[in-house]
Amino acid sequence: MRRTYVALVAAFAVPTLASAQAKEWREIRKPPLRAFVPQQPRRIALPNGLVIFLQEDHELPLVRGTARIRGGSREEPAAKVGLLGVYGQAWRTGGTKSRTGDQLDDELEARGARVESGAGLDSTTVGWDCLKESFDQVFATWLELLRSPEFREEKIAIAKNQINTGIARRNDDPSGIASREARKLGYGKESPYARTAEFATVAAVTREDLLTWHAATVHPNNMILGVVGDFDSKAMEAKLRKALGSWPRGTAFTKAAAPTYEPRPGVYFVPKDDVTQSNIRMLHAGIRRDNPDYFAVEVMNEVFGGGFSARLFSNIRSKKGLAYSVGGGIGAPFDYRGLFQLAMSTKSGSTAAAIDALYEETDNLLKSPVTADELARAKDSILNSWVFNFDTKQEVMAERMLEEFYGYPADFLERYRAGIEKVTTDDVARVARAYVHKDKLALLVVGKAQDFDRPLDSFGAVTTLDVTIPQ
Amino acid sequence: MHKLLGAAALASFLVPPAHAQDVAAFEKKITVKTLANGLTVLVCERPEAPVFSFFTHVDVGADREVPGITGLAHMFEHMAFKGTDRIGTKDYEHEKQALEAVEAAYAAYDGERRRSVGRDDKKLAELEQAWKQKIAEADGYVVPNEFGEIVDREGGVGLNASTSSDDTRYYFSFPSNRVELWAYLESERFLKPVLREFYKERDVVHEERRMRTESSPVGRMVEQFLAAAFTAHPYGQPVVGWPSDLDTFSATDAAAFHARYYVPSNMTIALVGDLRSSEVMPLVETYFARLPSAPKPQPLRTVEPRQTAERQVVIKDPAQPFYLEGYHRPAYLHPDDAVYDVLQDLLSSGRTSRLYRSLVRDKRIAANASGFSGFPGVKYPSLFAFFGVPTPGHTPQEVQAAIRAEIERLKTEDVPEAELEMVKTRTRANLVRGLDSNQGLAVQLGLSQARYGDWRGLFQEVDRIQKVTAADVRRVANDTFVEANRTVAIIESTRMATAKEGGQR
Repeated sequence: MRRTYVALVAAFAVPTLASAQAKEWREIRKPPLRAFVPQQPRRIALPNGLVIFLQEDHELPLVRGTARIRGGSREEPAAKVGLLGVYGQAWRTGGTKSRTGDQLDDELEARGARVESGAGLDSTTVGWDCLKESFDQVFATWLELLRSPEFREEKIAIAKNQINTGIARRNDDPSGIASREARKLGYGKESPYARTAEFATVAAVTREDLLTWHAATVHPNNMILGVVGDFDSKAMEAKLRKALGSWPRGTAFTKAAAPTYEPRPGVYFVPKDDVTQSNIRMLHAGIRRDNPDYFAVEVMNEVFGGGFSARLFSNIRSKKGLAYSVGGGIGAPFDYRGLFQLAMSTKSGSTAAAIDALYEETDNLLKSPVTADELARAKDSILNSWVFNFDTKQEVMAERMLEEFYGYPADFLERYRAGIEKVTTDDVARVARAYVHKDKLALLVVGKAQDFDRPLDSFGAVTTLDVTIPQ
Repeated sequence: MHKLLGAAALASFLVPPAHAQDVAAFEKKITVKTLANGLTVLVCERPEAPVFSFFTHVDVGADREVPGITGLAHMFEHMAFKGTDRIGTKDYEHEKQALEAVEAAYAAYDGERRRSVGRDDKKLAELEQAWKQKIAEADGYVVPNEFGEIVDREGGVGLNASTSSDDTRYYFSFPSNRVELWAYLESERFLKPVLREFYKERDVVHEERRMRTESSPVGRMVEQFLAAAFTAHPYGQPVVGWPSDLDTFSATDAAAFHARYYVPSNMTIALVGDLRSSEVMPLVETYFARLPSAPKPQPLRTVEPRQTAERQVVIKDPAQPFYLEGYHRPAYLHPDDAVYDVLQDLLSSGRTSRLYRSLVRDKRIAANASGFSGFPGVKYPSLFAFFGVPTPGHTPQEVQAAIRAEIERLKTEDVPEAELEMVKTRTRANLVRGLDSNQGLAVQLGLSQARYGDWRGLFQEVDRIQKVTAADVRRVANDTFVEANRTVAIIESTRMATAKEGGQR
């Protein structure tokens, strides 16, 4: 009843608007966005080095936390690639000293709660997600897992089984092959940034390795903890200080050397016969995010490969109908050099035409520099969607955790905005000249050669890559 | 096996009936209105940050396609990004004529191309050339991707759409000061869509088919599986379309499809975010009341007949093995719908689920195993399906046997109370977790409004799950999981990984 009433009032209260004429889009008024100051999380640095972020969010009765710990797959030994994959799973599934992983599963599921661990290139994580009523119990489980995981053998075996299944199946997915081999071309086959787990390296991982890794990395001074949800910050701070404050410092983690490999230009080919489409990649070295040119590069990326109006999408997909999936740009990770990369897939019979089109677009970055109109569009797109960088409290905290983890200034988002605003067409032309080099591109194709419109060697001498899975 | 601690019994106390309190909370934030032309609009006020998201649900998917136009619902979804008579054109009056000429030339070319007797190849080549010439002329009037460009430039994020067997969905998010611009864009794209660059986009869609279906072993298998499981109902047809249809249907076909199914009575829009319904509803009225009213399309006539014999698809493929089986189940409005939800959760949700514990943890024959309800859709009687991904050295047959053993248990033993309680707790907790984003809420509220005629359906679904008993689970398992009701699909690897930890050569 009340709902109907509200709707009726609305309909009668603003009759002028309701009977208003539909306008044309250029005439539609955009009132200024209401002032909005995103709520910043509270940062707490404990004497033992642990950095905590607390972000209250009372909308739903949930409390979620994540600890991010330095050290990831790029730091695992070459003979044991896959160690972090096993660790990321078995940390949680292997249980704690007092309870098996299965017991944890039962207890947590009965509360509708989750505690999960994971591993990535540069870090591991362990987090929880629960209704606020069960916070104390779930947090206790999380803490026990953090401090005394058991890594039971049977769960290590299951984790290895899963990773091995991925290895056995990795050549079934053509775009997966392309992404993997492109990374190897970009960073070098043996690089910690590109290498892949093999049956032998997974088999070499032992429980001892997991315990050693845990002991070496999981220290308060090597970790950032973020908690968001329906709690009182003061009370939460007290709980966390009590639970984690007396944890002694450990040896600080030393991260892997940054990659210095220069990708070799050339034409690389992976034969795959059970496909109707080629997966194409082109790449050379990119930049790191702390490069002062990063903002101009971001604008260039937006014009070149970002979104519906970008050059790659418009010219290769919409105008030529050559691809469903096409994209590209200069990669700029936080703490190592990324890759300039183009990626697309096209029917086997237009493989060469697609490669021509990608080369042409690369050339055009230099020959037809970004216009004032393109620049305005790219900047508008970045700046008008700015608010979406912090439209949830969780996101605001996640951003602060990223800056903390990678040692970027706490106002990096603000600097980014200011940086984007200053970018000119000259800047974009300059960074295109500085960071895009057609003659340095490595070209990689995964596909069925006999169906190509032109042989690949019309682009240069072809190196066939052996992707056989080592036994 | 499922020794749950006392905590399970306590769970119903630990987790308050949050859904009830949420319905009350949402009552205050939600306004629903059906315009005179039949369009239903829902606004949910969530003033967290100055942004909003929307979800447009069109109650047509591949379900309304017949042979010859398979893939057309998805094709139209792509065309909904091509602009209008004001967006995407340099000169619409001339472009309109040019597009009509493209259609005429295409009809002539296509007619000749598909003549089975007396086709004149020389004439065909000329007609093809003439058609391409008309396309080039029409392309001269195009401002490419202007629709998407406006959304991008005005700060839109997450611009996308999807088509399934059941429906077509459109969404993106905008800063909240652009709500009138949104009303303009979203109404215009359906009021005056211009099907420009249609044949280029048809090629793009064909590339999507090559990517998702033809070049993926599981994609190829699923297509064959559905074609075998459904003999009459459109659920047996691929959403992306058969290659011949993708090479043949025209912009004229797409326009007819739009005229018939993109009518306001067949559409529901949900907006969630920093909005006031008192301000938004009048804007919606101004812009969307322009959509001409038309009756909601008649319900689909074809119902899949009862299956009377098991069907099997075995694909010999160099890819690694895979196992899939499915059983017919009723549509979502059936009283047992919640029982299937419970079955799905029981079998598949996380590491406490039965299939994980049997196939992944104990037998170690699968890397992943799952049962899922409502495949490929829910609007009509569909399938409850099971799949398993064998670990190296293990076969689809082993996976089949283990899945069948779990099915047998469901049919012969009552689900222990604690396990059932765990499922119910998880469902309630997941409901709460799903309410934390504008876009997620817009989709869930909009979908419930469209499917149940009431957004509260979202919460009522969870209520129904709370009432499911062990006897229900056993009864439905016995009714559903029988041989004559089953379709099986297997990838038999011709290069199967052999050793325990071996892989393909």
